[in-house]
Amino acid sequence: MTIQNASQYPPDLLLNLYERMQLIRQFEERVKRLFLEGKMPGTIHQSQGQEASAVGVCAALNADDLITSTHRPHGHALAKGVTPEAMMIELFGKGTGCCKGKGGSMHIGDIDKGMVPAIAIVGGGIPLAAGMALAIKMQGESRVVACFFGDGATNEGAFHEGLNLAAIWSLPVIFVCENNFYGASTAIAKVSRVAHVADRASAYGIRGETVDGNDVLAVYEATRRAADECRRGEGPVLLELLTYRRTGHSRRDPAHYQPKDEQERWFARDPITLLRNTLVDELGDRLDAIDTRIDATIESAIEIARAEPEPTVADLTTDVYTTEITR
Amino acid sequence: MKRQSIAEALRDGITEEMERDPKVFCMGEDIGVPGGFGGAFTVTLGLEQRFPDRILDTPISELGFFGAAVGAALMGMRPIADVQYSDFLFLAMDQIVNNAAKLRYMSGGTLSVPVVFRAPVGATGRGAQHAQNMERYFIGVPGLKVVAVSNAYDAKGILKAAVRDDDPVLMFEHKLLYGSKGARAESGTVDGSSDIPDEDYVVPLGTANVLRPGSHVTILAWLLMAHEALNAAQTLAQAGIEAEVIDVRSLAPIDWQTIGASIAKTGLAVIVEEGPKTGGVGAELAAGLMEHCGDSLAAPVARVASADVPVPFAPVLENAYRPDAARIVQAVRMLVG
Repeated sequence: MTIQNASQYPPDLLLNLYERMQLIRQFEERVKRLFLEGKMPGTIHQSQGQEASAVGVCAALNADDLITSTHRPHGHALAKGVTPEAMMIELFGKGTGCCKGKGGSMHIGDIDKGMVPAIAIVGGGIPLAAGMALAIKMQGESRVVACFFGDGATNEGAFHEGLNLAAIWSLPVIFVCENNFYGASTAIAKVSRVAHVADRASAYGIRGETVDGNDVLAVYEATRRAADECRRGEGPVLLELLTYRRTGHSRRDPAHYQPKDEQERWFARDPITLLRNTLVDELGDRLDAIDTRIDATIESAIEIARAEPEPTVADLTTDVYTTEITR
Repeated sequence: MKRQSIAEALRDGITEEMERDPKVFCMGEDIGVPGGFGGAFTVTLGLEQRFPDRILDTPISELGFFGAAVGAALMGMRPIADVQYSDFLFLAMDQIVNNAAKLRYMSGGTLSVPVVFRAPVGATGRGAQHAQNMERYFIGVPGLKVVAVSNAYDAKGILKAAVRDDDPVLMFEHKLLYGSKGARAESGTVDGSSDIPDEDYVVPLGTANVLRPGSHVTILAWLLMAHEALNAAQTLAQAGIEAEVIDVRSLAPIDWQTIGASIAKTGLAVIVEEGPKTGGVGAELAAGLMEHCGDSLAAPVARVASADVPVPFAPVLENAYRPDAARIVQAVRMLVG
């Protein structure tokens, strides 16, 4: 299987998309190993299989556009430009990470790259994104906010309230639902009678669109259209990106609730394989070079992260307020 | 100098801050509807004419617009978001506690959330769900500052300090103290008005206020109870007991310096709280008194608070729920002996 119409795009863009997706895949695979070996603290929610949605969306945004993310944020962060080093340091809980070791996996982010620390309460980032877009609109800027969430979030009150607010004020938000068909282990079909998340857009009088979330170019195009609409004051837009998780919900979850035939169908449409198959004839050497480079980048990030200092115990009580408060 | 109610002083305070800084704006339910009532207690009455783009009427959607206020604050705006009744804060709890209060810490100190939340409290003939004193649920939330105002001077000065502060501030106001007029006037109000200076001023966050000096006992109160404490002090004075009344005012953080100085003088403390005794702000104050001033205390701390019940409707029950001067006098007499 390949991606149609890829030849319309400049090779540099295609290679860049491939590199970003492969960076996420390899980063997540290495992190999984480190975690299972007991070398990395905490818990992890990973995004193998969902790389095209993170990369396709972020590639269509400008550097000064913003994203909000979820408890499954590694892919979004890497796609928006947070460096693998900064992330690896944070995941190891070191004091020099992008959140000084106070955020960790579920709150990773870097506002300088346009990513608010990930909001790990399901749906919690949706009203927040509406407010960020409100500020953009009030300040007369043309930036947009892409708000990532999963299918599970669409049954939260925050989804309803956030979309409604953004709709009545025509705010520049792209609500990006990565529909991977499971909220933790519960199938979306068991908890919603609506066939497509995008159909819910009509409840708010906004445009919704269902997109093949494993086709990075389809995601890229859909996001560009949505971003253009938002910049013209015609937002918000609800994008539903159909994708699939190649790993468990978290930690050691073997995802036995995903039926075998369903897995096979989706794995055959792996987003990275799709793009690789599309490009391999003409750009195979460059793809191999990218793979090698990413390997080295990640190994070096791990090495750097391990050598970084732990936070000191004195850091426990800093960064609570903007000025220190003694109680 | 002019005499103003809390509602008027807050209205002027908001107006002056919005004129000073274009990033300040208000969001809330029914706050700027022409022909409406300027929020539940008239605080924003008429402001939509002056600031048509910065008085945002929201849907009945507390989780949504409190979250939006936090998002806008992250981007450098300075929102003032209010609920009509503080009980509705439960609907917005996730955005207040998980986002507003924590984003600075979660981001390793790279973000700040300069938002002000306003919320009216108090048992006022509305039964159990429009009447709670919600202070207790927020004073232990790291990252959040909590204030409660008893008079118009403080209301304006603290509001201004809160707007200018770079951290999230939750401000409690009392329905019986606003002095709202017209259709939104409350019955059974208590005068919270003050002489308001013509010039700009702030009341620094984190400070308590000695309302009445005294040497025999310290009464700690805030919001409506500060007024009941003053009434009690007058009665006690007739019996030769001089009570020092402190308006705690800043519930997080608590001004232990001012409180400690008073206890060092009096050696006795009575805490007065509208709201159930168990798990209230008074519990934190009592524990703090032991930690900060335990050596100065001549007797165990006394608490005057509501019964551990939801707020009732019937006036006779509501009056029994709400601590008053008589109960405070009784508690002080027991303590002073």
